[in-house]
This record gives sequence, C-alpha cells and structure tokens, in this order.
Amino acid sequence: MTLLESPDHLHTLRESLKTKRDEYSKYIIVSSGTCGRAHGSEEVFAAFTGELEKNNDAKNMKLKKTGCLGFCEKEPLVIIFPERICYCNVTPSDVPEIVKEASSGGIIDRLLYHDSLTEKKVIHQNEIPFYKYQHQIVSGNNVSIDPEEIDDYITLDGYSALEKAILHMTPEQVIREIKKSNLRGRGGGGFPAGIKWETCRNAGETPKYIIVNCDEGDPGAYMDRGVMEGNPHSVLEGLMIAGYAIGSEKGFFYIREEYPLALKHTARAIEKAKEYGLLGENILGSGFSFSVEIHRGAGAFVSGESSALMSAIEGEVGEPRSKYVHTALKGIWNKPSCLNNVETLATVPHIINNGADWFCQIGTENSKGTKIFSLVGKVNNTGLVEVPMGTTLRDIIFKIGGGIPYEKRFKAVQTGGPSGGVIPETHLDVPIDFDELNKLGSMMGSGGMIVMDEETCMVDVAYYFIDFLCTESCGKCVPCREGLKRLKEILGCIIAGKGKEEDIRTIEGLGRAMQDASLCALGRTAANPVLSTISYFHNEYLEHIRNKNCPALVCKPLLSYYIDPKKCKACMVCLKKCPVNAIEGGKNQVHKINQEKCNQCGTCFTVCPEKFRAVRKISGRDRLRQMEQEEKTRAGERHVQ
Amino acid sequence: MKTTDITRVEHILNTYRGKRGILIQLLLDIQHEMGWISPYAIDLVHKRMKIPLSRIYRIASFYKAMSLVPMGKYLVRVCLGTACHVRGGGKIMEKLEDLLGLEGEGTTGDGKFTLERVNCLGCCALGPVMVINDVYYSNVEPQKIEGILKEYE
Repeated sequence: MTLLESPDHLHTLRESLKTKRDEYSKYIIVSSGTCGRAHGSEEVFAAFTGELEKNNDAKNMKLKKTGCLGFCEKEPLVIIFPERICYCNVTPSDVPEIVKEASSGGIIDRLLYHDSLTEKKVIHQNEIPFYKYQHQIVSGNNVSIDPEEIDDYITLDGYSALEKAILHMTPEQVIREIKKSNLRGRGGGGFPAGIKWETCRNAGETPKYIIVNCDEGDPGAYMDRGVMEGNPHSVLEGLMIAGYAIGSEKGFFYIREEYPLALKHTARAIEKAKEYGLLGENILGSGFSFSVEIHRGAGAFVSGESSALMSAIEGEVGEPRSKYVHTALKGIWNKPSCLNNVETLATVPHIINNGADWFCQIGTENSKGTKIFSLVGKVNNTGLVEVPMGTTLRDIIFKIGGGIPYEKRFKAVQTGGPSGGVIPETHLDVPIDFDELNKLGSMMGSGGMIVMDEETCMVDVAYYFIDFLCTESCGKCVPCREGLKRLKEILGCIIAGKGKEEDIRTIEGLGRAMQDASLCALGRTAANPVLSTISYFHNEYLEHIRNKNCPALVCKPLLSYYIDPKKCKACMVCLKKCPVNAIEGGKNQVHKINQEKCNQCGTCFTVCPEKFRAVRKISGRDRLRQMEQEEKTRAGERHVQ
Repeated sequence: MKTTDITRVEHILNTYRGKRGILIQLLLDIQHEMGWISPYAIDLVHKRMKIPLSRIYRIASFYKAMSLVPMGKYLVRVCLGTACHVRGGGKIMEKLEDLLGLEGEGTTGDGKFTLERVNCLGCCALGPVMVINDVYYSNVEPQKIEGILKEYE
C-alpha cells in the first residue's frame, strides 16, 4: 500500500480505483451483516466464489460482500449491479442459476420480492416498498461497500470530507458548519453536536479526547451495529473531523462486546487507514495528527451514559457521576472529552461535503436530516429504515414496514427503548422528530421502534422494561435503585392479579420522584415506559386490577386454558405433550384440563391441530364463568354418583 | 493453575504493560482466552500489574461479560431484548431452563451448557434469537429447541 502524503496522492488513488472498478460490468453483492450471517450468507458467498471460478461466462463479474443492508427479514439478500436486481432469502443451491441468468440478462422470478399489497413481484431493490420510501444518506453506501476494504470507501469519495476539513477549513469553520446544520445527537438526547464541539474546543485544558459511542444497549435497537458493520470508515472519518474541530488528537471507539462483527470491521478499518497514512502523524500533509483506540464495552447498559462510558475508558467501573461539571470540560482523566453517537458522526462527512444548507433542506424545523430506525416487533418488514425527520409513524410502519402480520390489529409502537414510551394508534400521524416524540411522552432515543399488536399486553411491556432496568441500574443513587425495585414489585402484583386501585397513583408518584431526583438520565427516564402506558392504556391497567383480566391474553397468572368439548377430537396430541400431565382423557375420550395441575405453559394451545382449534385461552370474566360452569358440572357429576 | 495457563495469562498481561485504563480490556481478554476469570488469574493480574484485588473484583463482578465461575462447554445465550420479548423470547428461556434443568441462568452439573440471558444482540429482526457459542438461531420456536440442543451432545 502506498502512503498518502498529500491530497494529490489521495486523488490519484481514487481515480485509479474508479478505473479498476469499471473493469467489471457486473457486481454481485451478498449482504453479510450479522443478520445475513445468521441466515446463511457465508455459505451463499462461498457458493458464489466457487461458481464464479468455474463459470467462464462470469469473467466480467465481481463478487462483493457487504455489511448490513437493513432488510433483515429477507436475508440473505443478493443484489446484482448495475441493474440492482434484488433476490431475497437466497440459498447456496440458487447460486449457479443466479450466475447463469446474470450473464444472460435473465431474471429469476421465484427469488424476487413479493409485494403482498399489490400481489406483484418486484425486480429492483429501489422499487421494493421497504427501500422505495426511505431516504438513505448514512446507510445508503452500505450496498456498495465491502466494509473490510478501505478502497471501496475511497472510491465513493470517502475521506474527501476529511481532506476538505483539515486542508481547507479552520476548526472554527467546521464547528460553524455543523452548528448551522443543526445536527442533533442521534444517540438519544438530541443535543446539538456543534454546540458540544464548541464547548469542548473552548475548554482550556489539553489533551482533549473524542469518543464515538457504539455501546448500543437499548434492547430492540441496532442502527449503530448496522452502520459500524456496514460502513466503519464513515464513522472513522466523522470521528477524525470532530477531533480536528475540537482540537483533539486522540479518539476512542467504544463498542459493545455483543457486536463481534462491528468490532472486527472497525479494527480492520483502523488498520487500513493507518497503512494509508490517513491515521497517524501529519495526515495528508496537513499538520493534523490523529490516533484511535478501540475499547470494548463489557455488557452493562448503564455504561452507555456519557460519564459512565468515560469511567469505563479509564478502566474503572462504568458508573455515572454527577455532571455539575460537564464531560466536555472534564471527562476522561479530567480532560475535555466529547462523546458522539455513531450515526451522528457518520452524518458529519456528508454535511462537510454537501454543506449545511443541503442538510437543512431535509427534515423538520428543529430536527434536520435523516434518522435510522430499527423497525422491529410485530411488523411485516422488519429491519433498519432511514427516513427524513418528520416522516409519520404511519408511513414507517405501514408503507415501509408493510403493516402488521397475520392481519392483527396495531396497538402501539414503543420508541426510545427503556427511556422512551409507547405511542398508541391515535398519534400515528404525528410527524416524528426529537420534539414531537417528547411531547407524546416518549422520546427519539437512539431509534428503536418496536411495533406491538393486539396480542401485546401493555402492563407486561411496562414490567419488562422495569425488570430490564432493575438489573441494569448501577445502584449508585437511591431514587433509581429503590424506585425501580418498588415499581417492579407493584407491577408484578398487577400482572399476577393482586393489584390494588391505589397502585396506579403510587406508581405515578414514584415515577415523578425518580424523574426529579435520579443521578443520571437512565434513572430520570426509567419510569417513562410505565408512565406512558398508564397514560395511554389506563383501562388495560384497570382491567388487570379490577377484573383480573389481561385483555391481550399475555399475563400468565391471569390466564386459563380450556378444551372445548365440542371441538376436541380426542387426538391425544396435547395430552401427550403436556409437560405436567394436566390433561385427562384418552383415545376417543374428549380431553379435559385439570386446572389444579395446569401451569399455564400454553403447550396444548400451540400443539392443538389448526383444523380443530379446540384449546381456548381465556382471562378475566370468561375465566370466572368457565370456572363456575366447571364447578357446576363437577357438582352435577357428584350428584349423579 | 497449570504452567501453560499461567503463560497464557501472562502473555495477555504483557500486551497491556505500561498502558493506562486497561483493566476492563485485560479482563475481557482473559475471559475470552480462559473461558472465565479464575481466582488464580486475578491473583496474577494483581501481582504483575500492581492493581489492588478489590478493584479487580469490583470490575469483574460488575460486568456481565465477565464470569467468576467456570463456564460450560457450550454457551447458550437467549436474547430478551424488547423485539425478542414481544415475539416470545421468554418462552424460549423457559423451555431451555426446563430442558437443561436450570432455574434461570447457570451452568449444568456436567459442565456442558451455560445458559445466559442477554439484553439485546442487535438481531431484532430475527427474533426470538438464541446463540450457541457463535452460531445464531433465528425465529426460534420452543418445540425446536430440544432438537437444536441434541446437535451439541
């Protein structure tokens, strides 16, 4: 590899790479992020390697492995360039046919995306509704980049923003541009990145540190993984520009251990950038020097909080500290430190290249640009979606996400992870940005968007988040540590059918105390999932408390299973599968569940053949009625005896 | 501790000598290399790196990725992130507890399996997700788990 000592070297390299790229007339892209790999993309890639070697018609084809393309539901995806023909759920056995058709210009119908709305097959990737309604800026290049190849990134004008910043702009100009773009932190808070940089730049002490936060601990969110895995150089470039702006020569990647592929790709990106001299001393002859280190997070949600994360980088326990002096002034080893999220930094090169005015055209008045959401849960097209700020939830869930599977009813969408809240159907048409979500009692968070259907119980969801936070609270301050424990107890009682009406008021009081008195943002926002479910689904709480009824049929202690004697065909399936032998009956003898033995595991409900559907899941009044009826029958039986 | 094990740990320690803020990274490496962080390894870190025992234990007990007890041959991790939760991750956990004879997280008596719950593996679209060592299982159904575990007998 040649050392790039001046901008000219970089330009020459880029030109030669572009010529080399054009030597091939077709590119076969195999999407190989974590989701793709879980679905067998490695095997598909190996099959392509073999096939291209032995197929003489394939000499003009080049195989490429990319990171996450976002459409996780249909992985492994194979995309043929330049046409962008998109094949879904590809298996190794499909490979010879794909190569054959690609060389003759044919299309394989059965592997195309099937649009269930129009009942039509879609050929091109950009016409699939999942991609069509997106506006991909940060994630857009993932499809053209092998994340382990720095050359791919450079070909697509990678590191041109860095060049522009360090050679043609002063740090103040960079900060001014970012401030003008009103780029707000994508990690959750939505704090303007430019202001953060300015504070850090103006802090007197040196050295200064710049950190990228990829400790993406929000359950149900994986945007940062997508970016780190798919385009690590874009984050590195953003980090270096930020470093230049604040006056730092040392950067850190803080990546959680649970993301092995993101770690691998980042390490590789750093190594390659060093080889080119894009990291190190006197970068591109500008006089700016920069080095980076990777720190692995060791599995603690609270370590994603800025002061906690900085403690972890120091090698200490990742617990938050009081921030009366901001980390921008006193962070790592008490030196000015600036922490930005992955997506925020990956956006920076685009702003530097295209200007703040371009960026400001996208989005809403106070939230500019695009945002990646992880659209998951009970939705047809799960995956990562990047949309302009101001897109409505309805568009994301129904247009891009394709609605709710199995024709179930939409109930709510949870945004902002454990710090956010749920949003019911009535607010689906609100254009989402940082401020609108706050108004609804939720928050943007890092971008998790978990769709829930009628079979999701809101009390159970609240309990889930509180339980999660209970184990993740570091325990340093009382309101968070004790408050969460008590909330968990109270919610536990409600889902067990032991709730009291005054519980709701107690929860609200506790939640407010935690908001006011907790040390860090984790504690201050911890009650949000409960408070927002109470405000939007008050009746569901009351049903649990008053009628011992879980309308969504989720809370186990409030459920019973019954076999409808009219429908039961005595097929013995449930009887054999019941783990606690609670089902009585026999061959040609209608089955019946012994409620005293039953542990509500639901096995009988799952295994009862579709054509009979004899097992019923019931709760609340139905359950009481059924119990009374059973009692009567039993009394009747005794009477006959 | 076997001499070979001591060499393995010392090899890790050598890469961190003279650097700042390394304790978490170093313990993670030991965890990966040895499968757990044994009292002997901790003692070695304490003596060679001159770090107080209390600090090492504080870190090793705080983080989820570090284990102070030996792990099973196969590490079974069940994702209980929100997306997996609404898609029935809890049932997967219950089934595994049942099949492995464990109550919650833990290691089986024969040292074969360690069961762990994780908060989110970031494969939310595939939920519920289960990972055995490095192999990801997507859209897991409780009925299929027994068959999957048999592959690791």
